[in-house]
Amino acid sequence: MSEAQSTEKKPVTYINTPVAVKYDYTAGKATSDFMRAVAQGKILGNRCPQCNRVYVPNFLVCVQCAVPMGEPFEVPDSGIVLTFCIVNIKFYDQVLEVPYVSAYVLLDGTDLPLMHLVQECNVNDVRMGMRVKAVWKEELSPSLESIRYFKPTGEPDAALETFKEYL
Amino acid sequence: MAAEEVLRAEHVLEFPYKRSVGPILGRFFTELRDNQRIVGIRTKRGQVIVPPAEVDPETLEDLSADAIVPVANAGVVKSWTWLSDPRPYSAYKKPHAWALIQLDGADTSLLHAVVVESEAKMTTGMRVKAVWKDERQGHITDIAHFAPEAAK
Repeated sequence: MSEAQSTEKKPVTYINTPVAVKYDYTAGKATSDFMRAVAQGKILGNRCPQCNRVYVPNFLVCVQCAVPMGEPFEVPDSGIVLTFCIVNIKFYDQVLEVPYVSAYVLLDGTDLPLMHLVQECNVNDVRMGMRVKAVWKEELSPSLESIRYFKPTGEPDAALETFKEYL
Repeated sequence: MAAEEVLRAEHVLEFPYKRSVGPILGRFFTELRDNQRIVGIRTKRGQVIVPPAEVDPETLEDLSADAIVPVANAGVVKSWTWLSDPRPYSAYKKPHAWALIQLDGADTSLLHAVVVESEAKMTTGMRVKAVWKDERQGHITDIAHFAPEAAK
């Protein structure tokens, strides 16, 4: 028996069973407002009148206090790396080359981190408390992809005491 | 604030699963691919389960590959539902039935597509036979579908 034939006659040990769901995502009012602002290069948050936390993106209702949130306002596009992860594993449909950094970025004056990429530095140089700023695409759209990534600003790191309540 | 339209976007959630089939179902898929043969497994109670299971669902007795037996490529539609509008990811582009088919020699039914011209051609109790793909890869889709058995 030739080698090709013997390979063909190997017993089946695996089957491919891909699943896919195509659906329309409806953003709702709060996220629609947020995305429209992103399309203008702005990041929106809003404040809970009861606990005073500022959420990014803006919410309709405070998830802690269950009271309606205040009017959305623009927040800075700079902040700190709260926590991060260096992605070293390749997976299906991955857009970026490994290794890359996925981080929780706590924007200045806000209380809820945003998950995004940190680039323009070596992955081994990313630190908790590192100051970062958004790098926007030239063509903006109502998607968080309008922010390409966050990059280090070179400012001194934030001290742990200033952000440990968010960890 | 003026009422503005909410935003909508098309999303796709996709998982490229690869599933380990084990020795019993592995044999089922291998037989489909290499021999165009459908196999089941005989329990100690004498029941033939198709596709073959690793465990008798009633007694929980372990079943071994030695108990695998061939069944016919044709059988009877025990129940069915008509799919008039296949979803975009379906392997079937045209309306067809999903049917539970009890193959000759089997005591359980196999779920597969039955392709006929229209819903009016479907009946419970009708006889159907497997239509095989020319290029088989060891998958349930090696059976392209079931079609009515030629009238005698």
